[in-house]
Amino acid sequence: MIHAAPSDLAHKVAAARERLDAHVREMVAWHFSPETGCPFWLERAAGLGFDPRKEVQGYDDLRLFGHFEDAWLRGGPVQRWIPRGLAGRPAYVFETGGSTGVPKSRVNIEDFQIDYERYSDELPEAGFPRGADWLMLGPTGPRRLRLAVEHLAQHRGGICFHVDLDPRWVNRLVKHHRHAELEEYKAHVIEQGLTVLKAHEIRCLFTTPKLLAALCERVSLVKLGIRGIFCGGTEMNAQFHRFAREELVPGIEFVPTYGNTLMGLACPKPFDPAADPADRFAITYYPPAPRAVFELVDPADPEKVVEVGQTGRVMLTTLTRDFFMPRFLERDEGERAAPIDRYPWDGVTNLRLLSSLQDSVVVGVY
Amino acid sequence: MLHLPVLRGGRPYRSLEVRRLTDLRTGAAIAELSQANPALIAKDLAAATAAGARRALRAVGVRELLAICRRAAHLFATADLPVGGDGELQSPEAYVRQLSATCGLPETLCRFNLEKVRGVLDGMETVLAGLTRGLDLTVLDTGLGTEDGRSLSYVGQADALGAILPSNSPGVHTLWLPALALGVPVALKPGREEPWTPYRVCQAFLAAGLPGEALGFYPSDHAGAAEILQRCGRSLLFGDAATVRPWQGDPRVEIHGPGWSKVVFGEDEAPQWERHLDLLATSIAENGGRSCLNASGVWLPRPAAPGAPRGRELAAALARRLAAIEALPLDHPEARLAAFSRPQTAHQISDLIDRRLQTPGAVDLTAEVRGHGRVVEVGGCTFLLPTLVWCEDPDHPLANTELLFPFAAVVEVPRAELPARLGPTLVCTALTADPGFRRELLDSPWIDRLNLGPVPTSRLSWDQPHEGNLFDHLYRRRAVQACG
Repeated sequence: MIHAAPSDLAHKVAAARERLDAHVREMVAWHFSPETGCPFWLERAAGLGFDPRKEVQGYDDLRLFGHFEDAWLRGGPVQRWIPRGLAGRPAYVFETGGSTGVPKSRVNIEDFQIDYERYSDELPEAGFPRGADWLMLGPTGPRRLRLAVEHLAQHRGGICFHVDLDPRWVNRLVKHHRHAELEEYKAHVIEQGLTVLKAHEIRCLFTTPKLLAALCERVSLVKLGIRGIFCGGTEMNAQFHRFAREELVPGIEFVPTYGNTLMGLACPKPFDPAADPADRFAITYYPPAPRAVFELVDPADPEKVVEVGQTGRVMLTTLTRDFFMPRFLERDEGERAAPIDRYPWDGVTNLRLLSSLQDSVVVGVY
Repeated sequence: MLHLPVLRGGRPYRSLEVRRLTDLRTGAAIAELSQANPALIAKDLAAATAAGARRALRAVGVRELLAICRRAAHLFATADLPVGGDGELQSPEAYVRQLSATCGLPETLCRFNLEKVRGVLDGMETVLAGLTRGLDLTVLDTGLGTEDGRSLSYVGQADALGAILPSNSPGVHTLWLPALALGVPVALKPGREEPWTPYRVCQAFLAAGLPGEALGFYPSDHAGAAEILQRCGRSLLFGDAATVRPWQGDPRVEIHGPGWSKVVFGEDEAPQWERHLDLLATSIAENGGRSCLNASGVWLPRPAAPGAPRGRELAAALARRLAAIEALPLDHPEARLAAFSRPQTAHQISDLIDRRLQTPGAVDLTAEVRGHGRVVEVGGCTFLLPTLVWCEDPDHPLANTELLFPFAAVVEVPRAELPARLGPTLVCTALTADPGFRRELLDSPWIDRLNLGPVPTSRLSWDQPHEGNLFDHLYRRRAVQACG
């Protein structure tokens, strides 16, 4: 393997940045033109006090918008998010959150297909052979993931099998400490998954860390012919990543994923078996630039970006024709990761729930 | 930095997820503790692995397991034992210092508890005799025996005993120790601030020759705890009322929640209350008042004559006794109070008492003696000073309250109502020679452990079962008829 010289990387970073700035101009033009923009942004433009199409010339100028607020996504009418330029096309609505209260809704016309088709190019062929069939053993219902994994399988020439899974019910059982019912529901899901895996020639699997562990308790996925596992949907830390590779599914291609309804799908830094253990299993994600951008900011002062290696709150910007979401402060934190040759822009390492929120959700056993 | 690994079947495993242990005086990091992810715990406790570990212990046999316990007792109390992931050793003195620094118990009390653990390991044969009423334990090796000419068989209820352990006092570890001698492997989840004792016990057992398969040490979060409780056929769960509630009614889980232990006077002894002041103070304040064995109530029959001040006088005298206990640095030889690892906890507890004192009918008598508040800072630590409350009525919200420091209420109850109103009581010390009252207490379903006569609630006799019977939890007697 040939490592790019630092100057090459610097060059790539600069080129990526130019592409990002051009993309920002293009997307701002799209979302703020009366012919193509969506009602939400067109109405909002009147009160902004600046003309986005004139004053936003690059990523840094998005600062003018302040921070996107998630309350804007709770409740309808969702049609206000459909860009006029895409009017008449079939629209999907996906939800995020919603264990209690009104979930955030996000309209999608072409994003998940584009995101997962692009991501498909990143998947290693050996673990995820083209034409192979998939099992999606993860959250279904009004979620992007269910359709996105199916689209990924179809895009690669395969068929995707499914099992129903209601994550809001799972959250409710966890919250009320209903351990026995939780186990029963898990067993119910796992048994259905095993039935499908045994009855069909399935080579690729999408599942969550917990369900993967539960599956591996019952069967050897290697023996069942699984070649690649695409794992995510909930938080995953370095220890689980290592445990999965070393003990749950050794010999199977294991790809940690991070995606969300607001952003799309991030790319993990390729696994390097030669790195020392602390770094080898650290999970670093890069956003699908220029369609989405991460910045790691000081939780106390979101206008301040933290240094590489420092911990910050994730600030996400989404820039697609479907959706314009400038500088949204996520509920996640992590360490700012430096650009790499393959993804010459900022990423995030050890993504996790904000520590200020962790305190409020920890249930202690003293 | 010192790193305490997970122990998987006795073998160290260094996790990529760690938690820091800090000295509560300075905030300085003392060690980091590997955290076991729930899936790892699940894998280790899978049926086949657990059954294998159990067979390994059975192959050793009860006689040799008792000998291993005796060796482990000596090693635990005297040897330099492995502590870190890099081969570091820990002397008994270092153990005491590290334990004190993270869990807040003064070093003298840590030594006292070290001795308690040693005593139980060394006297395991007596402990098991108490748990099994003198059963010839070789029946556990063979599965079938005879006693007084009757066939006898016991069937194990679990391939491993899970234990979700607290941080309040190392003495509680004596409760799961008999499992190993009874041939049952353990899966331990230590308390956040107290991994030291279970880790050192494991190391003492390994050095004494116990098969490593029998030892699981899994520092983890509540999800890891749930994994242990779900997977072990039998478990012990220590925790506050909210923690244990979801597991109440699960026959696999023996719950060790609040104790609400009490000293109860009979009509005959109440007039002589002065001679029992030492016993009362010991029951309330021994071991820093941190244990479920500590008395949180002193109950007296209400005198027939209206206005007789007996209970209130007792409370005032006891308050003077308790108010004399000072907060001292953790390494002070006279230290008797434990520090709080999180200062805000001490303030929250104190605020709770003050809020409840606003309900008429109760008064903090220790506060009157001291003349200042009950939260103090000494040597960088936050303490709660012993607090004694006089309650006029057993229904007052402070009359039956257990808190994590020397706290008790003196309450008067009409004699006829007394046994019925006790409520759940882990230990009851009954100060009475009245056979009728004794019998009422013997009949009371509220009382778990009954001391007849002047035995402090905090004193255990190891030939008696405590908080349920571990043997009955782990083994069921089965009917067996052998013919030919």
